[in-house]
Amino acid sequence: MKNEADVVVIGGGINGCAIAYELAKRGKDIIVVERKWLAYGATGRCGAGIRQQWATKENAMLAKKSVEIFEGLSEELGYDIGLRQGGYLIAIHDEEGMKQAKKNVEMQRSIGLPVRIIGEDEIKEIAPILSPEGMEAIAATFCPTDGHANPFKTTYAYAMAAKKLGAEIYKFTEVKDIKVEEGKVKKVITNRGEIKTKYVVNAAGAWSREIGKMVGLEMPNKPVRKEAMVTEPLKRMFDCMVISFKHGIYFSQQDEGQILGGIPSPEEKVGYHTEPTFSFLKHMAHMLGKYAPSLKHVSILRQWTGFYDVTPDALPILGETSIEGFIQCNGFSGHGFMIAPMTARLLAQLICGEKIDMDISRLNMDRFKGEITEEKAVVG
Amino acid sequence: MKIVCRCEDISEEDIVKAIDEYGCETLAELKQLLRLGMGHCQGRTCLILAAKILARKTGKSIQEIMPSFRPPVVPVDIGLIGGENEE
Repeated sequence: MKNEADVVVIGGGINGCAIAYELAKRGKDIIVVERKWLAYGATGRCGAGIRQQWATKENAMLAKKSVEIFEGLSEELGYDIGLRQGGYLIAIHDEEGMKQAKKNVEMQRSIGLPVRIIGEDEIKEIAPILSPEGMEAIAATFCPTDGHANPFKTTYAYAMAAKKLGAEIYKFTEVKDIKVEEGKVKKVITNRGEIKTKYVVNAAGAWSREIGKMVGLEMPNKPVRKEAMVTEPLKRMFDCMVISFKHGIYFSQQDEGQILGGIPSPEEKVGYHTEPTFSFLKHMAHMLGKYAPSLKHVSILRQWTGFYDVTPDALPILGETSIEGFIQCNGFSGHGFMIAPMTARLLAQLICGEKIDMDISRLNMDRFKGEITEEKAVVG
Repeated sequence: MKIVCRCEDISEEDIVKAIDEYGCETLAELKQLLRLGMGHCQGRTCLILAAKILARKTGKSIQEIMPSFRPPVVPVDIGLIGGENEE
């Protein structure tokens, strides 16, 4: 194990690996430390969706720029990431939902997203498996450039590309402490040795707040157990992700044919709980049967849990802190995968002192001292 | 060619290649990369075979490399759990 690096990235999920790649590309000497294995946490347990239809401009812009990167990523990294742009179909259930949707669509279109409101007929055209009646939907919003990528393949693609550029990735390496002197990051202490560094990127997902404590930062992030399930594989029936903010449900058909989805569990808990619940499975199966009645005859193969790393406003925490060299990259609140490409690029630009493509100062941790604007377009 | 995972059509060579190329040390990593054990049989046939290959290649014990098991134990119809299977 090396004992010195320009930047130590804590966390081998999509964000940690993407930042490692972006920094290595800029000639930096990088070490990634991961307590388990790559994509062990939220990345490897996520719904794999890539959505640009957000209610806050920050999220919508990060997602839009990320999609532009995703589109060329297999070629850039030299590994297939399993990208498919089948769109996101977001159910609208009532007049109030329609008002919010119109507002969102107006903002989204103003930044150049090809989003539109569609009626019941078009819902059935785009995904014949859906029942607008069962969904209790009067309409939907649809953005055809939204989609899906394989979280495992994408994480490994970034990691392998970073390694080729000289980055070191240490699995099964747990951070025990971070030494700070005169307000500056000096050293990362792991169970396998110490690493001297000036920069630490805190990309530890649901465990980020524990890493923050090591440098004396109290972070507002909370780990929330979320559940997901997957069915047996079927022939291709629909290409889009289907979601509803009212019901909290999301589901899509993956490349291998399986239906993968989630919904807030009736027993949703804050804290590091990992046990799956039957009440989730029952609720999810019930709602899936309403949304797509023909799926009632399909078998569920697996369910599992993962953590959302949730902030008070459901927006990520990005950028510098009061500790010099301690960079935040966490608090993704359930959408870290889809905005990782742009987030990683911006933070790499910040660390390297380059001109930053997009202003992310509003996503700094300091925002929690004042009034906050909450992202409401959250599912799962 | 020796098939290890019948549901996902994965051979011994695929597993050895993933271990060599990506440095996999656990079954969880093989699952992520190859979909090993993620098919209809829930990994009942293949996981122990793959574990033996991993143990041989990495020198780790079987206990260290077995993944977590995810419910349900056998595939169950959505309509049965959701309580709306009228037919």
